[in-house]
Amino acid sequence: MSKKYWEKLPQGSVVLEAGSSAKFKTGGWRSMRPKWIEENCIQCMFCWMYCPDMSVKVTAEGKRAEFDFEYCKGCGICALECPGKKGNKAIVMEQEGK
Amino acid sequence: MGDIVAVTGNEACAQAFKQINPDVCAAYPITPATDLMQRFSSFVNDGKVDTELVLVESEHSAMSACIGAAAAGGRVATATSSQGLALMWEMLYIAAGTRLPIIMPLVNRALSAPLNIHGDHSDGMGARDTGWIQLYSENAQEAYDNTIQAFRIAEHLDIRVPAMVCMDGFIVSHSIERVEYIDDADVKKFVGEFQAVNPLLDMDKPKSYGPLILTDMYHEYKRAQHEVMTKVPNIVREVAADFEKMTGRKYDLFETYRLDDAEIAVVVMSSAAGTTKDIIDQYREKGIKVGLLKPRMFRPFPFLEIAEALQHLKAIAVLDRADSFGGYGPLFSEITGAVMSMNSKPAVINKIFGLGGRDYLPDQAEQVLDELVTIAKTGKVETIKEYIGVRE
Amino acid sequence: MTTKPLRLRELAKGDERISHGHRMCSGCGAPIVVKQVLMATDYPIVASNATGCLEVSTCIQEYTAWKIPWIHSAFENAAATISGVEAMYRSLVKQGKLEDRNVKFVAFGGDGGTYDIGFQSLSGAMERGHDMMYICYDNGAYMNTGIQRSSATPFGANTTTCPAGDVIPGKLQQRKDMTKIMAAHGIPYVAQASPSSWMDLMKKVQKAFEIKGPKFLNVISPCNRGWRSRTDDAIALSKLAVETCYWPLYEIENGVTRVTIKPKEKKPLVDFLKPQGRFKHMFSPENAGMLTQAQEYVDAQWNQLLKEAAAGEADKAE
Repeated sequence: MSKKYWEKLPQGSVVLEAGSSAKFKTGGWRSMRPKWIEENCIQCMFCWMYCPDMSVKVTAEGKRAEFDFEYCKGCGICALECPGKKGNKAIVMEQEGK
Repeated sequence: MGDIVAVTGNEACAQAFKQINPDVCAAYPITPATDLMQRFSSFVNDGKVDTELVLVESEHSAMSACIGAAAAGGRVATATSSQGLALMWEMLYIAAGTRLPIIMPLVNRALSAPLNIHGDHSDGMGARDTGWIQLYSENAQEAYDNTIQAFRIAEHLDIRVPAMVCMDGFIVSHSIERVEYIDDADVKKFVGEFQAVNPLLDMDKPKSYGPLILTDMYHEYKRAQHEVMTKVPNIVREVAADFEKMTGRKYDLFETYRLDDAEIAVVVMSSAAGTTKDIIDQYREKGIKVGLLKPRMFRPFPFLEIAEALQHLKAIAVLDRADSFGGYGPLFSEITGAVMSMNSKPAVINKIFGLGGRDYLPDQAEQVLDELVTIAKTGKVETIKEYIGVRE
Repeated sequence: MTTKPLRLRELAKGDERISHGHRMCSGCGAPIVVKQVLMATDYPIVASNATGCLEVSTCIQEYTAWKIPWIHSAFENAAATISGVEAMYRSLVKQGKLEDRNVKFVAFGGDGGTYDIGFQSLSGAMERGHDMMYICYDNGAYMNTGIQRSSATPFGANTTTCPAGDVIPGKLQQRKDMTKIMAAHGIPYVAQASPSSWMDLMKKVQKAFEIKGPKFLNVISPCNRGWRSRTDDAIALSKLAVETCYWPLYEIENGVTRVTIKPKEKKPLVDFLKPQGRFKHMFSPENAGMLTQAQEYVDAQWNQLLKEAAAGEADKAE
C-alpha cells in the first residue's frame, strides 16, 4: 500500500537536507536590479562580503563574477558600498524589467 | 534477583536513573521532586554514572536543555513537579512534536494558588494534551518499574515520544516502602543501547531542527503525531511482557481488581487505588460485588480496552485527584467518553478528592461505594460531580 | 588553532555556511552578520537559534538555509537549548561514543530573545560555563512581530508599542546595556561588533573560538523595516552607529576592556538618527530636548568606556 502524504513527513519535522533553501528562488522579489560594470570593478569584494543574500558569484580564483539573479532581492547594499574606480561605481541599480 | 530495599519513591527513581546511566540530565529543584535529582547528583559527583548533569536556572531551561541534548543524539532524563511542569508547558509540546524520547518522572503536586506543595494530579492533567506518554504509579515499586520501562517505550523506534512517569507527591515520593530492585546488568540489558535518530551532532550530515511549518503542512504533522500515539499501547504491552519475564511483575495499560464479576466499580489512579482495594475487600466480604480499575497509562488513553473492561457494570464512580473547574474531572471525561462508545451504558459519577494532599481516607471510599450500591439499585444518579472529603 | 587569514579574496573562495534562498527581507543586516560569523572560522559549528526573524526566515518547511547543524526550539531558550547540545557533546566524547572534532557551539538570538525573554536562560548558561558563544543580532525592537519596543530599543525611537504620540514621543527610556551586563558575568570574552567592520567582527569571532568557556558577542544589525530607512543602507547605518559612538566596537577579555576601533573623528549622533524614520519626530522643534538627551547619553557611555579601556591599558603597562 502506498504511503499517505502525512506518513512520508520527516519524523519530528527535521530538515535533512542542508542548504535546501537554494531550491527557493528569491529573485522574484526584486523591483530594483543591480548592474555590474566590470570595467569599473577593482575586485575589492565588498559587494560579496556585504550581500545579505549570498548573490554575488565568485570564480574559482576568488574573483567577483556576475550577480546571481535567481536569489538577488535587489536591496542595493552592493551598489551603495561599491567604491568603484575613480569615482565611477561598478554597481548601479536599475528599475527591474526595463 | 536484585536487592530488596526500603526506600522512598524518589530514591527508587534515582536508583533507576543510576542503573540506566543517561548521557545528559538537566535539572532544577522543586518540591517534592527535588530529592530525586539531588540523590542522582550524588551518583554523578561520586562517579557512579557517566551523565553530564546540567543544573539549569529554571524548569523552562531544564526542558530546553533536554530538548537540545536529546536532539544532539543521546539518552536524556529530568524530573519535576507542579509549578515546574507548568513552567515547562511550552517546551513539553516542543519535545513531543520534535519526537524526542525524554524521560521525566513527574512527582504529582497541586498547582498554585493558593501555594501548596502536596500531592494531587493537577500538574499531570494539565499536561495531558502535550503529546507525552503518561504512566501513573501506585507506589514506589511501580514508580521504579515504570521508570525503567519508560525508557524502552519512549525510545522504541516505531514511536520516539517523550514519557512522564507519575507518582503522588509525598505519599509515594517520600514514603519509605519495600521495593525490589533489579540487578544493574539486567536493567542495562533490558533498556539496551540508545539508538540516535537524526542526531544533530552528526557533523557530516547537517540537519535543521525546528522549522516553521505553516498552514500547508502543520495539520499533516499533527495527523502523524496522532498516528504515533495509536502505536503506543501495543509497545507498552510488549515492553511490559518483557519486563514480566525479567521480574515476574505484571504490568498492562491498566490494572483491574476484582472487576470481572463486579456490578459496581471505582476508577482511580495512583496511590488512592491501594486504599480503595482494601475497602473493596471489606465490601466483598459483605457480599457486595465491587471492583476497581486503575489506569496506568493515561496518555495515550486506552479507550476501547477500558470500555470493554467496564461495560458489564451497573454503576461506576470515577475519582479524580484534579479538577477541571467548570467541567468534569479529567479522568471522568475520559471514562465517560470511553463507555459512551459501548452499547451498555453504566451510570457514572465523578468524585473530586484529595486535592493539595488532602488525605483519602477509608470512610471516603465507603461513602462512594454506598452511593454506587444505591445507584445500581435505583438506576438514578442524583449528583454527577461532587467533592468528597471536604471539611463542612 | 584554525584561525584563517582574513583576506577577502581568500575568504570568497570558501563555501558559505548559510545559503541563499532564505527569506529575510531585502537588505536585512542579520544574514550579513551570520555569514561573517560563520565565515570567520573553519571549525565545525552547531548553532541554535531563538524564535525570531532569522529563525523563521531561514528554516521553513523543507527549506533550510543552514549548512551546519542547527536547532530552534523556542523564543527564550536559545542559550539553554545549545547548552543541552554542548552537554551531550561533552558526554558522548567523554564516554568514547563520539569522536572529538573540536566542535564549536553558537547560539543566535535577536535583541528580544536576548535582552528580554531569553535573558534568564542566557545568564544561566553563561554562569554554568558551557563552551559556547552567544551572538545577539541587535536590531533594537521586536521586528518579527512588527516593530514592538524591546529593552534594546534606543531612547526616543518610534515603535508600534511606543509610537511617537501627541503626549508620549516614542520610547522614553535608554536601552539596556546588555554587553556590559554580560561582562558582569565574569565570562572570559565579551565583545561588541558591527557588520560594517567585517574584519573586526571576524577577528573577534576567531579570538572567541580559541577561548574555552562562555562568550558573548553583541552585533548591531540594521532593520530597514523597523528603522524606517532604505533597503540599501544596512552597512552605511551600522558604520554610522560606530562613527557616532552609538555602537562602540570593543571587547572585554578576562575583565580587560579594549576599544578595538576608535573613530578617527566622533560624529554627532544626529548623523545616525537622521536617516532613520523611527527618529523623525525627534527632529521637530518641540522635541529638540530629546536630541540633546540622546547625545548626552551616548557621550556619557562613550566616556565611561574610554575610562574603562584606559584602566585596562594601565593594567597592561604595570
